[in-house]
Amino acid sequence: MSTDRAISFVDAIREATDQEMARDERVLLFGLDVDDPKAILGTTKGLLDRYGKERVFGTPLSEDAMSGAAVGMALAGLRPIHVHIRMDFVMLAMNQLVNMAAKTHYMFGGQESCPLVVRSIIGKSWGQGAQHSQGLYSFFMHVPGLKVVAPSTPYDAKGCLAAAVRDDNPVMFIEHRILYYQRGPVPEASYEVKPGKARIAVPGKDVTIVGISYMQVEAMRAQRYLQEKGVSAEVIDPIWLSPLDVDTIAASAAKTGRLLIVDNGWSTCGASAEILSAVYEKLQDGRLPKARRMAFAPTPCPTTPSLEKLFYPNARTIAAAAYDLVKGSPQGWLPEERAEFNDVEFKGPF
Amino acid sequence: MLAAEMKKGDAALNSKLYRSLYRIRRVEEEIARVYPTDKIKSPVHLSIGQEGVAVGVCEALEPSDVVFGSYRGHAMYLAKGGDVRRMIAELYGKVDGCARGKGGSMHLVDVPQGVMGTSAVVATTIPNAVGYAYAIKLRRERRVVVSFFGDGATEEGVFHESLNFAALKKLPILFVCENNHYAIHTHQRQRQANEDICGRVRTHGLPTERIEQNDVLALHSAAKKSIAALRDGAGPAFIECMTYRWLEHVGPGEDFALGFREREEAASWKAGDPVKALGDKLDGPARAQIDREVEAEIKAAFDFAESSAFPGAEELHRHVYR
Repeated sequence: MSTDRAISFVDAIREATDQEMARDERVLLFGLDVDDPKAILGTTKGLLDRYGKERVFGTPLSEDAMSGAAVGMALAGLRPIHVHIRMDFVMLAMNQLVNMAAKTHYMFGGQESCPLVVRSIIGKSWGQGAQHSQGLYSFFMHVPGLKVVAPSTPYDAKGCLAAAVRDDNPVMFIEHRILYYQRGPVPEASYEVKPGKARIAVPGKDVTIVGISYMQVEAMRAQRYLQEKGVSAEVIDPIWLSPLDVDTIAASAAKTGRLLIVDNGWSTCGASAEILSAVYEKLQDGRLPKARRMAFAPTPCPTTPSLEKLFYPNARTIAAAAYDLVKGSPQGWLPEERAEFNDVEFKGPF
Repeated sequence: MLAAEMKKGDAALNSKLYRSLYRIRRVEEEIARVYPTDKIKSPVHLSIGQEGVAVGVCEALEPSDVVFGSYRGHAMYLAKGGDVRRMIAELYGKVDGCARGKGGSMHLVDVPQGVMGTSAVVATTIPNAVGYAYAIKLRRERRVVVSFFGDGATEEGVFHESLNFAALKKLPILFVCENNHYAIHTHQRQRQANEDICGRVRTHGLPTERIEQNDVLALHSAAKKSIAALRDGAGPAFIECMTYRWLEHVGPGEDFALGFREREEAASWKAGDPVKALGDKLDGPARAQIDREVEAEIKAAFDFAESSAFPGAEELHRHVYR
């Protein structure tokens, strides 16, 4: 679907929600502050006026009970969207998501299911600190019965949210706050970006870089840095982490012979571990790539900028790692910072 | 009201309550009898002694009403009209079970009868019931939801979160606390600084009622009143039912030998056994007729479970996603 219209990630989320609520009166939207003047950074703006306070409502500070209520609403035939302005707060809802939502269809012997969307936002920069910055989606990838999606473009944000709302299963919808300020082409008409299909964002031949969530943006910048060195990187956005499109990633890795997975979370038992294992199992016919993972430093996220910048992979460190993979040994190359590549930037304070 | 009802000898009600109580008691006695054969390869949390709570409330419900409960859920399932054949098949792990053998005793469901789930994790279905009630209210239906849970569940944070939201939105839900005094082996007084559960609930703005001594008729009458008010939009209510677990927390035996409670403590509860008390109110032939019908139903249910097949290997991966 092509379009000339460019809108922000925020507007893409709001538009998808609006269109789904207009299309299907069973869709509800709730969570802390969804109806307040800031409207979850604008993503729920105007929806209260349009759909009324029974379908759009702020909740008490009760993540556990409201997640359980969402499961009950889904059992009653509604299609709730539960919003958490910080993914860290979802930890208060683990029992309902892992023990109930994920298992509803199975424990009912197939008679019922739990069509639920849980939106949650990951923070970064400006001193977000240890409890406003975590990308904990691998917890949910671990659990059969849940789906997990982490779109990185406005186009995918809109299409994935529509697909998530229409899905009969619980979907963890992961948003990265830095992506909110990104604009991109988004068709006005409703469409779905369905589960289980990755996208080759930039084709290349020397190295495959998989960037998850916000790390897709850094991977795209790294691809441009690598051009300086004559290295052609193929950049892949997995989009859906569960179900995961292993085929697309494995085919690319087999072609380039080198695989670099850059995660927006920790590496141990994380999304990068799962992707690498799945590719390894798939390519047992002698086409195994050289591989490396980059992820959060194995520490809590520090608040001070001097340490925080070391906590995250960035375009330059990603480019350096990809270059080393291509060359087969450490080259000691780190590209000079190029401001024109920082075209997507989060601006504090807030 | 209670005295008047008893005086009038509401035979129809007594007979209805007795049938449900006796049926649950006998189903669970059969489970306990079969259990040592290991045909039921799943933990069972029996309700023997506590049947009156589920029966007193569920007999006040319509078939289209909905219940959620806990792992000690056999009584609720049966009292709400759950299919006994599919329940026993579920305990046997058979494909004709109510969850195709994938749920077991702790996860009984019967969607057509409004048994919408039970959970092994204490208090977990309380907010599910609240969410269901929200949907009912949103759709302007006159149905109601009942959430059953034990005294231990009132210590979980989600219990209070759920009461608050239900009260805030005036949802058509009745919370029923089945207070059998023990969370596994630990008495309520060892767990709660203040044992006044109703008092705590009232601070959330719900009306409460406490039913003493496993009194099924009093509970039934209170539940009827509450449920009628719920249908008229009165908002949530709470009933605490004082009852007693005769057997061990999990399994078919007694647990007095463990020393955490005395057999004497059970004696007064057993003396007031509602199954016997209500049975004694019935005419001999009427009671015998009910007993015969229930026994035949139970025998048929166990035969059904015995003859049902185990799920095939393909069932392992079915129903993970819809």
